[in-house]
Amino acid sequence: MQVNEFKPKIVAFCCNWCSYAGADLAGTNRLNYPADVKIIRVPCSCRVNPMFILRAFQRGADGVIICGCHPGDCHYTSGNYYARRRMTLLFSMLDYLGIEKERTRVEWVSAAEGAKFAATMNEFVEAVTKLGENKRLEDLRCKKQ
Amino acid sequence: MQETMIARAAALLADGTVNRVLGWKKGEFVYDITPAVFTSEEELKSDFVYDDFCGNNLSKYLIKESRKEGKVLAFLKPCDTYSFNQLIKEHRILRDNVYIVGIPCDGKISTEKMKAAAEGIVDVQVDGETLHVDTLYGQKDVSRTDVLAERCVSCKSKKHVAYDELIGEDGEVLESNRFDMVAKLEAMTPDERFAFWRNELSRCIRCNACRNVCPACSCEKCVFDNDASGIANKAAADSFEENMFHIIRAFHVAGRCTDCGECSRVCPQQIPLHLLNRKFIKDIDELYGEYQAGEDTESRAPLTNYKMDDVEPSIVYQRGGK
Repeated sequence: MQVNEFKPKIVAFCCNWCSYAGADLAGTNRLNYPADVKIIRVPCSCRVNPMFILRAFQRGADGVIICGCHPGDCHYTSGNYYARRRMTLLFSMLDYLGIEKERTRVEWVSAAEGAKFAATMNEFVEAVTKLGENKRLEDLRCKKQ
Repeated sequence: MQETMIARAAALLADGTVNRVLGWKKGEFVYDITPAVFTSEEELKSDFVYDDFCGNNLSKYLIKESRKEGKVLAFLKPCDTYSFNQLIKEHRILRDNVYIVGIPCDGKISTEKMKAAAEGIVDVQVDGETLHVDTLYGQKDVSRTDVLAERCVSCKSKKHVAYDELIGEDGEVLESNRFDMVAKLEAMTPDERFAFWRNELSRCIRCNACRNVCPACSCEKCVFDNDASGIANKAAADSFEENMFHIIRAFHVAGRCTDCGECSRVCPQQIPLHLLNRKFIKDIDELYGEYQAGEDTESRAPLTNYKMDDVEPSIVYQRGGK
């Protein structure tokens, strides 16, 4: 008999210059991380508009993680500094509205940190699995029947 | 006050300093005040009003007005001058085409509270702290403090931060308790907060009044007018849309919102929208240093600025709430 185990859908916005390469490194190093993580490549972590995150939740994501270069290492000098402020405020607002803050996260992963990428994803997927399905920011019209 | 303002406006019209006056005029009811442009002394004398119901922030109208022929006079209350300054900073108002007359304000009356306090209002006479209200059902006295708008109860400043001339005395920046309610919400559990906001936001009818009135929301093309945004529906069809609209609306004015409280004033469903804006203001104050939007025209807004040692987003998991 098949057991219907909850598998979260995770969207990971990865910056082209560091975290995407980090994910690549995790792959070439044959490190395991859950297949539930869907990576979206963005030019820079500051390309991530708050709308993207809400939109991901609308379309059925259970967790959204943003990965960028470490502060100070941004390919565009300062993008991740802006992203840091923006995301801090957005996460705080989600928490203020009573939406589980554990569903959103920012991590700095460099191109050399394949192991960190895999570890971060494993940990994040585990945390979101515990929370269960995203109910508070779901759009019923986008749910599969 | 109203007479002094009319006289001053008429004088400035007469000597050619300005060719229009932006002020308020009465609507159908005494509490239905509407912004209006006056071009002659006769119009001013017959229609111009300035009373406790003139809550409208006139600074947003200056975006369009300052691009018309000639100079326009605008009467701004202390909190309106903050919005004005913010718009100047964002290069939205052409400063050379406006003449600002700062006017004092001792708090405005909330129309909703007024209507709740007395049914069938015909006329209102202000007598110090008491309002003599003529209603269809007879005379009634209402205490002014009871019907004062929420934003005025916790007024942040009586100081004009931008003006060409002042009528009356300039006030001071006040110690206000405007973040009390935000702090109270923060102290709740996520479930309680979620229930609170569902209760508030589910009333939203997506009339867009909060966006249209907001001096900070001055984009010519708004994201919410984009059919492809997925949330351009007039009526919020799903709880997600309500959350999305209000989070994004507040986020787009984060760091630029002067906390003038117009959003909550115009909301036909009386959603306390200022609580969302104040949350951002409070967070910015706590995490990135005190910042009052519109206080000056030079400083960089918190979201277009950064420090090397800013806090990490993980601070959200560590602090406050349960």
